Amino acid sequence: MSDHEFMSHFDDAVRIDADEEPTNIDETTLAEMRELAGRYPDSRSALLPMLHLVQSVDGRVSDAGVRACAEILGISTAQVNGVATFYTMYKRRPGGRQHIGVCTTALCAVLGGDILLDHVEKKLGISEGETTPDGMFSLERLECNAACDFAPVMMVNWEFMDNMTPDKAEQLLDDLAEGKPVRSTRGATITSWREAERVLAGFDDGRADEGPSAGEPSLRGLTYAREHGWTAPAEPAPGPEGQEA
Amino acid sequence: MVDKLTPIVTAHWGEEGSWRLENYVSHGGYGAARKALTTMSSPDVISLVKDAGLRGRGGAGFPTGMKWSFIPQDNPNPKYLVVNCDESEPGTCKDMPMLMATPHTLIEGIIIACYAVNAHHAFVYVRGEVLHVIRRLRKAVAEAYEAGYLGADLFGTGYGLDVIVHAGAGAYICGEETALLDSLEGRRGQPRLRPPFPAVEGLYACPTVVNNAESIASVPAIVEHGAAWYQQMGTERSKGAMLYSVSGHVRRPGQFEAPLGITMRELIEMAGGIREGHELKFFTPGGSSTPIFTPEHLDVPLDYESVSAAGSILGTKALQCFDDTVSAVRTALRWTEFYKHESCGKCTPCREGSWWLVQTLRNIEAGKGSPGDVDKMLDVCDNVSMKSFCTLAEGFVACITSAVRHFRSEFEAGCNGTPAWELFPYEASALFAAPRELVTVTSTNEGGAA
Repeated sequence: MSDHEFMSHFDDAVRIDADEEPTNIDETTLAEMRELAGRYPDSRSALLPMLHLVQSVDGRVSDAGVRACAEILGISTAQVNGVATFYTMYKRRPGGRQHIGVCTTALCAVLGGDILLDHVEKKLGISEGETTPDGMFSLERLECNAACDFAPVMMVNWEFMDNMTPDKAEQLLDDLAEGKPVRSTRGATITSWREAERVLAGFDDGRADEGPSAGEPSLRGLTYAREHGWTAPAEPAPGPEGQEA
Repeated sequence: MVDKLTPIVTAHWGEEGSWRLENYVSHGGYGAARKALTTMSSPDVISLVKDAGLRGRGGAGFPTGMKWSFIPQDNPNPKYLVVNCDESEPGTCKDMPMLMATPHTLIEGIIIACYAVNAHHAFVYVRGEVLHVIRRLRKAVAEAYEAGYLGADLFGTGYGLDVIVHAGAGAYICGEETALLDSLEGRRGQPRLRPPFPAVEGLYACPTVVNNAESIASVPAIVEHGAAWYQQMGTERSKGAMLYSVSGHVRRPGQFEAPLGITMRELIEMAGGIREGHELKFFTPGGSSTPIFTPEHLDVPLDYESVSAAGSILGTKALQCFDDTVSAVRTALRWTEFYKHESCGKCTPCREGSWWLVQTLRNIEAGKGSPGDVDKMLDVCDNVSMKSFCTLAEGFVACITSAVRHFRSEFEAGCNGTPAWELFPYEASALFAAPRELVTVTSTNEGGAA
C-alpha cells in the first residue's frame, strides 16, 4: 500500500513486547505463586505479590513470569501486563543487584535531594531509570517515601537511608560496590533488591528484629514531652462530669 | 488542663524491642481488645468510638464510628476491614514509624474494629517501598496468631479473625480508598465512581470499611480509657490527640503527638525553631495537597474546623516548613510533577491538566514563561478542579493556586525572563554545602525538559 515504514515512538518497544531472555521460574516458583494465590479469598488479589515474586526470581517482570501469573490466576496476559505496567515498582528491564532511590519530591529536593541525585548519577555513570552495565546498581528518582522528617532521604532496596549528604552517598555506594556490610539507618542489613522483592511478595527473611525501634525524629515529641513532664490525661473521675459525654 | 503533648500511640516507641509482642503486652496490650470482645456488644463499640469523637486521621476527617455504622449488617455478604497504610502524600510520615515501632497497636485496633463491624477478614495495605516496615508488621501478625490474638475463637468468644498484610507496588493513588480496593483486588489502582460506596460495595463488592492506620491505632486507648477520657483532649468539634509531622527547615524535625488545636507556632518551637539565620516562608498544614499557609497562619489552631476556616485542610497533619531561601515556583513545580507522575490517567482533566501545568511551570521556573501564563495556569486549574472520579487533581490545584495567591510576583518574574534559581539560589535551601553547578537543572528528564 505504502512504502512508509512503521516507526514506533518508543525506541525499545520491541524489547518490551517480545522479551526472549531466559527465565529462572521453575516448579518451586510456580508452587510459591500458587501458595500466594491461596492466601486470599479471591486469588486475583495475589497478583501484586506474585509480580514481586517474579521480580525476585527473574530480576524483572519477565514474559515467562507474566504468563505464569496469568495461567495460575486464570486471567489473560494482557490483564497481567496492564497491572505490571501501572505500578512504579515493577521493572520491565533488569534491575541492579542494589536498587538505589533518591527522593526528589519537593521537600527532599529542596533540602538537597536534587544535588544528591545529580551526585549519584555522576558517580554511577548512569541516569535515573538505568542500570549499570555490570548489573550492580540501578537508579530511580523517587516520589515521597514517607520519611520527610529524615530528609533528604535515599533508599537502597526499599530500606531507609536517612539524612543523606553527598559524602554519605559516596560512602554508601563505595561500600555496596565492594560488598561491605551496609545497614539501613532504620532497618536491617542490606541484602539485595531481589531478596527484598521476595520479602515484599510475602516470604519472610527473618530480619524483622534488626535495627532500632525508631529513629530520633520519630521520638522527638515523646522526648520533648518527657523533658516537660507532659503526659496523656488521666481518666476523668466517674460522676456527673464523667457522664457529660 | 491537658498537656501540650500527650503521648499515647507514641508512648512506647523508644523502648528496646518495642515492636515485639512481649513489650506490647507488658504495657497492658490486647487488654482493650479483650475488654471489647468479652464485655461489649458490637453496637456498643461503635457507640463508644462515636462518643469519643474520633475522626479519620488519613485526611478527610470523617467520624470513624459513623463510618463503621454504615456497614449494612443485614447484607448477607462477608464484611471486610481494609487498613490504609499506603502513606504517600508528600510530607506525610506518621504511619510508617508507628508500624515500625509498635505494629501491635494497629493489630489490636484491627481486632476491635473488625468486631465492631462484624468482619472476619482484615487487610492491611502497606505501600511497597518500605521493606522494614512490612517485615515488622508481618512479624507482629505472626506473633499475634501464635498468641491467639488472631485466628479462631479470640478470647474464648467464638469470634474469629484473619489478617493479611499486603504490599503495594508504588502508586500514590492507591491511598485513595476505591483505588486501593481495586489494587487489592489485583487490578490497576484506579478510583471507582461512587456510589456505590465501599460501605455497601467495597472489596469483592462486599461491605467494606476503609480506615487510615492512625485512626485504627487510636482505637485501643479509647476502648481502654473511655470516650470521656478521649474527649478531654482537643477542641469543641475536633476531639482527641493525633500525630503532627513537622519536617523541612526546622532544627529538629519529627513526630509530635498532641491534642487537636495545637498551633504551628507551638510545634515549630518544639521542633527547635526555623534553622539558624532564616525565617519561615510558608508551610503545608496537611501535606502537599492542602493549600499552603504563611507566617500569618502560625496561630491557627490545627483542628479540622479552624484550618478549613483559614482556607486550607488539616489533611494528614504533615507540616512541611520552607524557609526564606525557597522558591515558591520551584516547590509548586515539584509537587505538580509529583501529581503528574501519580495521576492514574483515568480522568482526562487530571491526566492532561497535570501534564500541561508541568510544562507551564517548567517554563516559568526557567524564566521562559510568557505574559499571561500565570492567569492561564489559574484558568487550567479552574477547569480541572472537581471534574474527576477522585480528588488527586485537587492536590495540584491547591499547590498552584495557593502559591500564586501568596507569591504571585515570583511566578510573574518567571514570565519576565527571571529564572527561579536566580531569585532564590537553590543551593541556599540545601542542608549541606554544594557547588552551584550541581543545583540549577531540577526538572525530570522526561517530557522534553532541558
